[in-house]
Amino acid sequence: MSRILAPLVLVGVLLAAWEIAVRTMGVPAYFLPPPSGVAIALVENLPSLAAAAWITLSTALIALVVASLLAVGLAVVVGLNPLLEAAVRPLASVLQVTPVVAIAPLVLIWSGIDHPERAIIALAVLVAFFPIFSGAVTGLRAADPDLERLFDLYGAGRWQRVLRLRLPSSVPFLLEGHKVGAGLAIIGAVVAEFGAGSGGVRGLAWQILDAGNKLQTARMIAALVVLGLMGVALHALLDKAERIGLTWWRGR
Amino acid sequence: MSIAALKDVEVDYPGRGRALGPVSLSIEPGQILALVGPSGCGKSTALRLLAGLEGPTRGTLERTPGRGETAVVFQAPTLAPWLTARANVSLPLELSGTPRDEARRRAAEALARVGLAGAETARPATLSGGMAMRASLARAMVTEPRLLLLDEPFAALDEITRRTLADDVLRLWETSRPAIVFVTHNVEEAVYMADRVAVLTRGPGRLAGVTQIDAPLPRPEGFRTSSVFRAAVEQVSGLLVQGMETAS
Repeated sequence: MSRILAPLVLVGVLLAAWEIAVRTMGVPAYFLPPPSGVAIALVENLPSLAAAAWITLSTALIALVVASLLAVGLAVVVGLNPLLEAAVRPLASVLQVTPVVAIAPLVLIWSGIDHPERAIIALAVLVAFFPIFSGAVTGLRAADPDLERLFDLYGAGRWQRVLRLRLPSSVPFLLEGHKVGAGLAIIGAVVAEFGAGSGGVRGLAWQILDAGNKLQTARMIAALVVLGLMGVALHALLDKAERIGLTWWRGR
Repeated sequence: MSIAALKDVEVDYPGRGRALGPVSLSIEPGQILALVGPSGCGKSTALRLLAGLEGPTRGTLERTPGRGETAVVFQAPTLAPWLTARANVSLPLELSGTPRDEARRRAAEALARVGLAGAETARPATLSGGMAMRASLARAMVTEPRLLLLDEPFAALDEITRRTLADDVLRLWETSRPAIVFVTHNVEEAVYMADRVAVLTRGPGRLAGVTQIDAPLPRPEGFRTSSVFRAAVEQVSGLLVQGMETAS
């Protein structure tokens, strides 16, 4: 109980200090609004913030599904051919270390000015892809060597081996990869929205940009709060999903 | 005609040197052969050769069982955790193209033969060590192999479970009489279960000697206390000691 209480108390203390400091020092609201101001902005803008959050979240989820299919598919193909893996690895690493913000303008051009949402999904896919891909590549190689021998012994075909041994063996790695990938998909979606700018998709990043342009600092912070809460909720959900998945896989 | 035979076989592993041999060994249909030797003598290598999972570096390996006619039980039960006991046991059948319904039915029968009736839908994680090993045995026997290879299958189990499992293996052997080769550290277990006990020297293993056990299989009641048993254990232990000395 006190474990849950402790962080709440800390947040309360910090908020109180912030409120008092802003009020006593007379900081202007456009520079730093008090928490009460943020709360009011949050309530007033709740419908538009919720809609924006849904846009960002659904973009991230679509990106996660696409990234999952691409990453697992490619990992399986690459897993069947060591030479192909050697070829793909460095290329994948280069793409992975290139910041998504730097790629965003290019992808926005390719997607066409009328379809910034496609660019945002593509960019979120790009960042969600790698943890899933490397998890899958590792997992596909993690099958029990004696089980592999058993498959040799009974003359299993390569697809039988993939579907009945290597993919099921990789489940713990896939779960971990998807958990990390989902978090990154949100970040990717937000960064890509920033890249698309204020003319783009009206997700949470757009809310922040738009409020910033209008010097509505309280609304900016309110959007940030929603973003943070969304991240925390998604992480908790995926953590739970991973644990349920692992329990099922282990059989206890 | 032997089920499998090694003739002057040597196995080298790149970077690790000689692992086995030269050694000659053959196993006849329906026979039970125990391979005993110190750690690192190449017992498991010999087993993988007999299974056809590896080839010799030099010498010849002859095997008559076709695909799916050899079964291996490893040191650990090696069950897939995501599958039920029955799905684990039916896997070899399904991999060799048996229709799923028939495979599942035969798997349930195989489980029943090792005393695991009722555990069909249990996952490996919920089975005890002995039960998991029995499921592993059922998986090996479900294809009715001509050659069954056991690689220190009971090493991780307590003495009582070991003995029960040894009797289980002999009981299973009685029904379809496959040739069995099993590797063990345990001299008494080797003498209890085998027609012949082959002793390997310290690695790279050569044959230190073979002891014939003159008692019917499966063993009569009280075999462990008989003079035949004691004498055979003495002889095998002697060969083991001799094998340690000649190699060094």
